[in-house]
Amino acid sequence: MKELLKVKDLVIHYQTDDGLVEALNGVSLSIGEGETLGLVGETGAGKTTLAKGIMRLIPNPPGKIKEGEIFYDGKDLLALGDIEMQDIRGGHISMIFQDPMTSLNPVMTVGDQIMEVIQKHNNISKQEAYQKAGEMLELVGIVKERANDYPHQFSGGMKQRVIIAIALACNPKLLIADEPTTALDVTIQAQVLEMINRLKKKLNTSMLLITHDLGVVAQNCDHVAIIYAGEIVEYGDLQQVFKNTQHPYTEGLFGSIPSLAANVKRLQPVEGLMPDPTDLPEGCKFHTRCKYVQDICKKNVPPLIDIGEGHLVRCVRCQKQ
Amino acid sequence: MANLEKTASEQNSNISTKKQRSLWQEAWRRFKKNKLAMAGMGFIMFLIVIAIGTIIVDLVTNKSFYDAYVIKLDLRNRLEPPSSAHIFGLDEFGRDMFLRMIWAIRYSLFMGTIAIVISTIVGGVLGAVAGFYGKLTDNVIMRFMDILLAIPSMLLAIAIVAAMGTSITNVLIAIAISYVPTFARTVRASVLTIKDQEFIEAARAVGASDTRIIFKYIIPNSLAPIIVQATLGVAGAILSIAGLSFLGLGIQPPTPEWGAMLSNARTYIRDAWHITVIPGMGIMLTILAINVVGDGLRDALDPRLKS
Repeated sequence: MKELLKVKDLVIHYQTDDGLVEALNGVSLSIGEGETLGLVGETGAGKTTLAKGIMRLIPNPPGKIKEGEIFYDGKDLLALGDIEMQDIRGGHISMIFQDPMTSLNPVMTVGDQIMEVIQKHNNISKQEAYQKAGEMLELVGIVKERANDYPHQFSGGMKQRVIIAIALACNPKLLIADEPTTALDVTIQAQVLEMINRLKKKLNTSMLLITHDLGVVAQNCDHVAIIYAGEIVEYGDLQQVFKNTQHPYTEGLFGSIPSLAANVKRLQPVEGLMPDPTDLPEGCKFHTRCKYVQDICKKNVPPLIDIGEGHLVRCVRCQKQ
Repeated sequence: MANLEKTASEQNSNISTKKQRSLWQEAWRRFKKNKLAMAGMGFIMFLIVIAIGTIIVDLVTNKSFYDAYVIKLDLRNRLEPPSSAHIFGLDEFGRDMFLRMIWAIRYSLFMGTIAIVISTIVGGVLGAVAGFYGKLTDNVIMRFMDILLAIPSMLLAIAIVAAMGTSITNVLIAIAISYVPTFARTVRASVLTIKDQEFIEAARAVGASDTRIIFKYIIPNSLAPIIVQATLGVAGAILSIAGLSFLGLGIQPPTPEWGAMLSNARTYIRDAWHITVIPGMGIMLTILAINVVGDGLRDALDPRLKS
């Protein structure tokens, strides 16, 4: 599989009045063509920061990409100028935002909003763009006559579909879906995910799926990255992460999901809270909540270790084996 | 998947029959429901039509009608009360009050509107720049606006007119300047709220440029409060023009102007009530009508009241 996106040692910090927020601390990942990578983590783990970092949408100030490299199709995104970056956004890399309610411009018809992207990235006439916008709407299951409607005339699920239509209008090679279903109810969630998957296969798009729902990951992704306090703590394909869970945090995540198979009285949540990103603990970021904590964890940051066939884990316990 | 298509088509089924309305059409529909606002709107339309009529008369007759009737003195019949020949009576120099009233509409209404249009544009640009770029730009512009705001607008207008001399243009400039800070603040506030909305970020994520974001996203979305503010501002500007004229700093005699008419008439209030009451009523009703329309617009443009 050809590598489409490669992020290397990305460090993003926010300089705020309350101190330096260390949102991302050296994240590396890669996505191949047509591949779906699931990015899982708690609120505040740096998932959205990573997504915005790839799109170069981090508001500066207060945010700043301190270190690292982002390569898309061999191009260094961090070295591109603003105008070139505008061509990448929407044309090559698209993003689906969390909240469909606020992601559409309330004073433009949805058709116009889809046309906007199409006209920006293709040199075509207004009629053709309108035609294409209608096709995109049909593709996401909305009749094209509704192109002249305004966002407030749509339901939440339909808005999210419009957003997906906008994101896919220019056949981007990479789709970043930032919790695309969080704001929707469960039945609509299933519909939307099913649709994203179908379109992704049809257009051979790669996807970075950000979520905190492991069930969604299991259904949609090829690879999983678990992120904690701005670091990837476990990475592998579905089988490796779900069946051969190594990192105590991942273990904790699975422990907090009710299981149909096992008869468990109480769920076992991960104790404690995510550390304050302005004041991250020394050593392993997870040691404050880890049940297998050892003295060495408090001093040294464990490296990501390959424990076989590309299954990467950031834990000293794996080092010993 | 078939399931999805089905629900989608269900959701879409009765759409084609439904009327398609834009946000503005929606607002207009809500505005129409407000009887009082519609009445105010009707009154203003009526005034506008009359004012345009008088302008046409002036143009066609090359001001000879104006000279012969509107500013014609008839000292023998001065202060004559309303009668069938002169329905609003005659003023202190025996000029026909009715003609003077309708000839004066243009100064109040159009000058008020022009002054507000100027200050909306100037204040709007300043506010938008301050809100969009923030930081030092914001601070410099807004602190300057604060200084202007600290001076009562009437006093500021008086000072400007006193310094530059009394002429229609100077009155316009004075009033426009005194309203700039209000608009700058309104626009800045709405730009600030809209700037951080997710759909702006979403627009960036599809590759929209800064200019496109400002003109297609920020301005249309912040238009509603500006329109309301401007409508209410026109009422204030009319009052300011009348006030300046009342003080003798605005429109100069013999040009008819409601504020000046009121000012000149007040000496005769014991002998001839009509020459004070009529211009006063004119000012009051116009302002009332505009305020009612402004309130109606505010209600109609408030998305929270969508029903």
